[in-house]
Amino acid sequence: MDPVFLKVLIGTTLLASSAAVVGAFSYLKGQSLVGDAIAHALLPGVVLAFLVGDGRNPIYLIVGALISGLIAHYGIGYIQTRTKLKSDTAVSLVLSTFFGFGIMLMSYIQRSGQGQQAGLERYLLGKAAAITMSDVYVFSFLAVVLLVGVGLFYKGFQLMTFNEDFASAIGLPVHLIRFTFTVLTVLAITIGIQTVGVVLMAALLITPSAAARAWTKSLPTMLLLAAMFAATSAVTGTFISSAIPKMPTGPWVVLALAFFGFGSLLFAPEKGWLSKRRRAAANRKKTIRENVLKLLYQQEERSGSEKVLSIADIQAIRAIQTDQLKFALHALKRLMLIVEHGNGFGLTELGRSEGRRVVRLHRLWELYLTERLGMAADHIHPQAETMEHIITPEIEELLVKELGNPELDPHQSPIPYEKA
Amino acid sequence: MEKSIEVHNLTVSYHSKPVLWDVDFSLPTGKIVGIVGPNGSGKTTMLKTIMGLMKPDSGYTEIFGQPLDNVRERVSYVPQRESVDWDFPADVMDVVLMGRYRKNNLFRRISKEDKRIATEALEKVNLLEFAHRQISQLSGGQQQRVFIARSLAQQADIYLMDEPFVGVDAATEDAILQLLREMKNQGKTVVIVHHDLQTANEYFDHIVLLNTRLVAAGPKEEVFTKELLQEAYGGRLTVLSKLGDLISTEEFPLREPEFKENKPEK
Repeated sequence: MDPVFLKVLIGTTLLASSAAVVGAFSYLKGQSLVGDAIAHALLPGVVLAFLVGDGRNPIYLIVGALISGLIAHYGIGYIQTRTKLKSDTAVSLVLSTFFGFGIMLMSYIQRSGQGQQAGLERYLLGKAAAITMSDVYVFSFLAVVLLVGVGLFYKGFQLMTFNEDFASAIGLPVHLIRFTFTVLTVLAITIGIQTVGVVLMAALLITPSAAARAWTKSLPTMLLLAAMFAATSAVTGTFISSAIPKMPTGPWVVLALAFFGFGSLLFAPEKGWLSKRRRAAANRKKTIRENVLKLLYQQEERSGSEKVLSIADIQAIRAIQTDQLKFALHALKRLMLIVEHGNGFGLTELGRSEGRRVVRLHRLWELYLTERLGMAADHIHPQAETMEHIITPEIEELLVKELGNPELDPHQSPIPYEKA
Repeated sequence: MEKSIEVHNLTVSYHSKPVLWDVDFSLPTGKIVGIVGPNGSGKTTMLKTIMGLMKPDSGYTEIFGQPLDNVRERVSYVPQRESVDWDFPADVMDVVLMGRYRKNNLFRRISKEDKRIATEALEKVNLLEFAHRQISQLSGGQQQRVFIARSLAQQADIYLMDEPFVGVDAATEDAILQLLREMKNQGKTVVIVHHDLQTANEYFDHIVLLNTRLVAAGPKEEVFTKELLQEAYGGRLTVLSKLGDLISTEEFPLREPEFKENKPEK
């Protein structure tokens, strides 16, 4: 394999995954923007490091970035505690001031003619191809420092993110924990801006966690997933930029991350858009099925004997679309809640019990609305039509207890209980 | 009797506006103590200052006759339930185990002993079956009990709880109360910030009535009188709050340096 390609691949993957692990805590603390602000604030430190020392030596760069980032971080904190400015104001104030100062320094250097050969531009938008072998060594070292740091401080970071007051109250060294976190964040950003640049750095910190959070509810799993998403994106970005000429690595890494981010929002279990849609559809189908059972039960209740109704009979009582009704009947037959007699349908014993349950919930809820919420008897039917499909056995039990085992609903219809 | 908490001439401000003004009292051990007062009367600030989360402008607090740092492990703190994001990725056990975190085990893994103590604490608040439930999926009452379990896992001697009965159903309220009484019978001291006058008399042995300044502190029979309650709840003292506004807007110091009542050096 091409050594340049390999260098870029290793460098980007390491920095993306370690930045993701550190960024996870900012994301959880709801401080996604702070990472963005610090990334922008590193610029003056980086440029000054160029002025003072040799631009190609990563150590100068890291020290410069670290100092600049720490000043920015504590600046934000200072503004927040000493003034009445809201935190987003403090963050944008620091971001713009530092970034503006950085740009000013940069144009000064460029005018004096040292900038182009130093390649300062790369820190604005990133230039992964410029990674050197010594960069790779430094990145690998820093990535290990970041991962070990997070591992060592895991309990501290976890508690500080969840409940900072409690961490203070039990006497944890919160200043040390906060300082360590800031240093790790600044280090992550420092190595990150080599590839994606100041402007896109926030994506590397935050997007992997936002994506990972959709799939898991455990913090260690989330950290692992975030690192994996970031690493995969880094590999993808590197491959695309090497396969297609004139394609930048950083922006492709960020786009790949966005793919994971939006993909997770769409497809994640429970919280994802797709699974919400699926749940809604399943509930709609359940509602129709239960309405059919209820209807059959009520016909039997009215006539006092078992009834067989055709599709047309059912639709004469309740307007259910033919295809939806057929689908529901088919499902009910499969669940052995109804049986087909000729071209009509009748309840099985199991189906009768289900139908009875739905009618019971409907009437219990109507009674609850009039008795407990003081609603008029002619206003309660529509709400009960919805609630009968939602009330769980647990809530049913509470209702029966609270209403004192009632016999009749507000319309004087009997509330049908299961015979003991 | 040994004093559990002593608050000495405490003045605390928030954004340079005084929230507690020369408050001075001490609390007995082995009692359930209520810190009671209307909204904005400085109850939470009182608790946070005792826990070292806010710095006083003047005065000091002591626990068992010592500064907080010397007795941290004997003190447990239950913050307001709403003060944290319950959507945090953690299950019930994770949160209760936080009660076992200490300065000297910060870098160590959670031990078997920690897990045993946390399990015991969960049992006491009747949440053992929820140990691996996501905290976001709990009801308000269950979340409050998780916080109390975390506090129990600290195995402290004095417990400071900020509004543990807020947003809690009647059954949980009874369960918590029973637990507090058990703790008291074991000689623990429980200090509770509470805003509901209706229940205060029933719950507490000892009451601190607060409204920016101290209205009264003592056994409930002495404090829970019509006159004192009226004084605490009968609106703010106009002169005091006007002065507070002035101090805040005109950048006056709350105390001149030579009058700061820090703990005298021994």
